[in-house]
Amino acid sequence: MTEVVPSGDNTLLADAVAMRKVGRLERFLGPENYRVLVGLFKTPASIVGFALIVLFVAIAFLAPWIAPPLNPNDPYKIPRDGFSAEPRPMGSEWRVRPPDLPVWWKPIMKTDQWVHILGTSQGQYDVFYGVIWGVRTAFKTGLIVVLSTFLIGVVIGSVSAYYGGLVDNIIMRIVDVFLTLPFLLAAMILAAVLTPKIGRSLVPSILALIAFGWMSYARIIRGDILSTKERDYVMAARVIGVRDSRILFRHILPNAIFPTLVLASLAIGDVTLSFAALSFLGIGTEMGYADWGQVLSFARNWIISLDQYWYIVIWPGLTLVLFVMGWNLLGDALRDILDPRMRGKT
Amino acid sequence: MITYIIRRLLLVPFLLFGVTVLIFGMLQFLTPVERSALYVRDIPKTSKQVDGIILKYGLDKPIHIQYWRWLVGTIDPVTGNRTGGIIYGDFGWSRTGSQPVVELIKTRFPNTLDLTLWAVAPIILVGIWLGVQAAVHHNGFIDQAGRMFSIVGTSFPTFVFGLLVLMIFYANLQWFPPGRLSTSMQAVVNAEGFRSYTSLLTIDSLLNGRFDVFIDALKHMILPILTLSYISWATFLRVTRSSMLETLRQEYVTTARAKGLSERDVIFKHARPNAMISVVTLAGFTVVGLMGGVVITETVFDYPGIGKEAAEAASQLDVVTVLGFALFNGFILIIANLVVDILYAVVDPRVRLA
Repeated sequence: MTEVVPSGDNTLLADAVAMRKVGRLERFLGPENYRVLVGLFKTPASIVGFALIVLFVAIAFLAPWIAPPLNPNDPYKIPRDGFSAEPRPMGSEWRVRPPDLPVWWKPIMKTDQWVHILGTSQGQYDVFYGVIWGVRTAFKTGLIVVLSTFLIGVVIGSVSAYYGGLVDNIIMRIVDVFLTLPFLLAAMILAAVLTPKIGRSLVPSILALIAFGWMSYARIIRGDILSTKERDYVMAARVIGVRDSRILFRHILPNAIFPTLVLASLAIGDVTLSFAALSFLGIGTEMGYADWGQVLSFARNWIISLDQYWYIVIWPGLTLVLFVMGWNLLGDALRDILDPRMRGKT
Repeated sequence: MITYIIRRLLLVPFLLFGVTVLIFGMLQFLTPVERSALYVRDIPKTSKQVDGIILKYGLDKPIHIQYWRWLVGTIDPVTGNRTGGIIYGDFGWSRTGSQPVVELIKTRFPNTLDLTLWAVAPIILVGIWLGVQAAVHHNGFIDQAGRMFSIVGTSFPTFVFGLLVLMIFYANLQWFPPGRLSTSMQAVVNAEGFRSYTSLLTIDSLLNGRFDVFIDALKHMILPILTLSYISWATFLRVTRSSMLETLRQEYVTTARAKGLSERDVIFKHARPNAMISVVTLAGFTVVGLMGGVVITETVFDYPGIGKEAAEAASQLDVVTVLGFALFNGFILIIANLVVDILYAVVDPRVRLA
C-alpha cells in the first residue's frame, strides 16, 4: 500500500475557480439576479431598447436647451404662434413672440430666424416643442405612477401572501373586483370624477392610473412570496421568535422582490401609453400642456385633410411609439431571461 | 366540474357587489349637489330646490343608507313611484346625451356589439395562424418577422395606429370613411320601410334585403376592425407561438413523427389542438376585452358606440353618464368572464381540478 501524499499543488483547482470571477455586483445581487441583469445587455433587441431609452433620458435632461421655453417658470406650456386654427407646415417661420433661439440652431442653420421645425398644430401650438417637452412629461408621469403602483402592489401582495387564509382570500377578491372593469375605462372614469375636484393638471390622470394599476404587482409578488416563505431560513427566523413584520420585510421580501422590481421598472412604457391615451381622449391636462397624447388629439379635427397635415400625427406619434418600443424591447428580452426553460442558456 | 361551476358562480354576487361599491365609491368624490344630477334633468336654479332634492333622495344620509338607496331607489311616499335604483335600470340622466343613460346605452351598445362581433373572427383566426407559423418555423425568418411585428404591434398605441390608417385610407386614398354610415344610407335606415329586427345594423340590413346598406356599414367598419385587430394579433402570436413550441417538444409529437406521419399531420392534427388550450382563454378574454376596450378605437373613427359616448361624456366631465356606462360594462364583463371561465374548464380538465 502506498500512502497518498498531498502534493500541495493546487493550481488545477485554483484555475477552475479563477475561471469565473465573481464581481462585486454579482456578489451583491446574487447569481440569479446578476444573470438577469447581464442578460439584458446581450441581445441586439435589448441593446436597441436600451439605446432608445438613453436617448430619451438625454432629451429629457436637455429639453431647455433643445427647445427653450417662453416662460422658464412654466415650461410645460407649449408656446403658441397666434391663434388661428389651421396647422402650418414644417419649417414655417415663427411670427408672434418666438421663444429664445436654441444655442444649437445658429451654428447648424446659419440663421437667426427660429422656425416651427415640425410645423404647428391646431391653434398654432408648436409641434416640436410639444414633442421635446413631452419626453419630460412621459418620464415624470411614468416614474410617479410606476413607483406608486409598485409600492402599493408590493405592500398589498406581501400582506396577502404572508398571512394567507382569510386575509389572502379577501384581498385577492378585492383585486378581482378592481380587475373587472377594463383598465383604460376605469382610469378614464376616475380621472373624470377627480378633475373637477383637483382641476385640470397631471394629477387626476396620475391618480387614476395608480388606483387601477397596482393589481398585477400584487399578484406577482404574492406568488413569489408564497414560494419564498416556505424556505428554511424563514422557518428558522420564526423559530427564534422574530416579529412578523421583520420576517416579512427583512427576510422574505428582499429575496422575492427582484422579478417584480424589474417588471415594474420596465412598465414606464405602458404607463406612458395609457397616460397619452387619456389625454388623447381629452381627459387630464389643460389645453396646450406638453404631452404627446394631447398634441396628437389636435389631429382629430383634421382627419379629412391629414394627407396635407401629416406632420401633426407622424412626429408626436413616432416619438411615442419609439419611447414605448424602447421599454418593450427591454421587457421582451427580460421575458426570455426570466423564462425558466431558458435558464443557463444566456 | 359541478363543484367548479358552483364555486365560480358564488363569486358572481361578490363581484357584482364589489363593482357597485367601487363605482358608488367613485361617486362619493362628488358633493351632494353634484350627485343630485343623478335624479334630475337639470340642476335647479335655486338652492332651496337643490336642498329639497338632497333631502328627498337622502344624499346627506350616512353612506350605507345612500348606497342602498342608490341601489334600489327611493319610493315616493305620496305617489308610490320609484325613482333611481340602479338594479331597476335607472342609471340617471345623461347631460351630454340629453336622455336617460339607459336609453343612451340601448341605442349605442348595438353598434359596439356589431363592431366587436365582426372583429372577433379576423383577430382569432389570423392571430392563431401567425402564431402557428412562427412556431413551426422556429427561429427562422417568419419567426423573427413575427417577433418584430409583435414588439412593434404592442408598442403602437391604438390612437396613433388609428390616425395613421385614417390618414392613408381616408385622407389619401378616400377608400374607407370614418363614422357609421354615409348620409344617403343613413336616410335609407331612417326611412319607414326599414325594420329593425336585431338593432345590429349589418344583420338588419341583410334581413331587409338592402345589400347596399350592408356593404356601406362594412366599409365603415373595416378600419376600426383593423385597428382592434393588430394589437390582439401581436398578443395572439406570442401566446400561440410559445404554447405551440412547448407542445412540439412533447414526446407524443416525437412519436407521431417517428411513426412516419407527414409533418402536416403532426402539426395540424397532433400538436395544434393541444396547443390551443391556452389560446382558448386568451380568445375568451380578448372578446370580453374588446367590449370594454373599444373606447379609443371608436373615438378615433367617430364610431357611435358606447366607447365613444363614454369618452365624450368623460371629457365633458359628465360623471353620471360615465359611471352609468361603467356599471353597464362591469355587469357585462362579470357575466362574460363567468362564461369564459366555465368554457375554459370544459376545455381543460386541469383547471377545474386546481
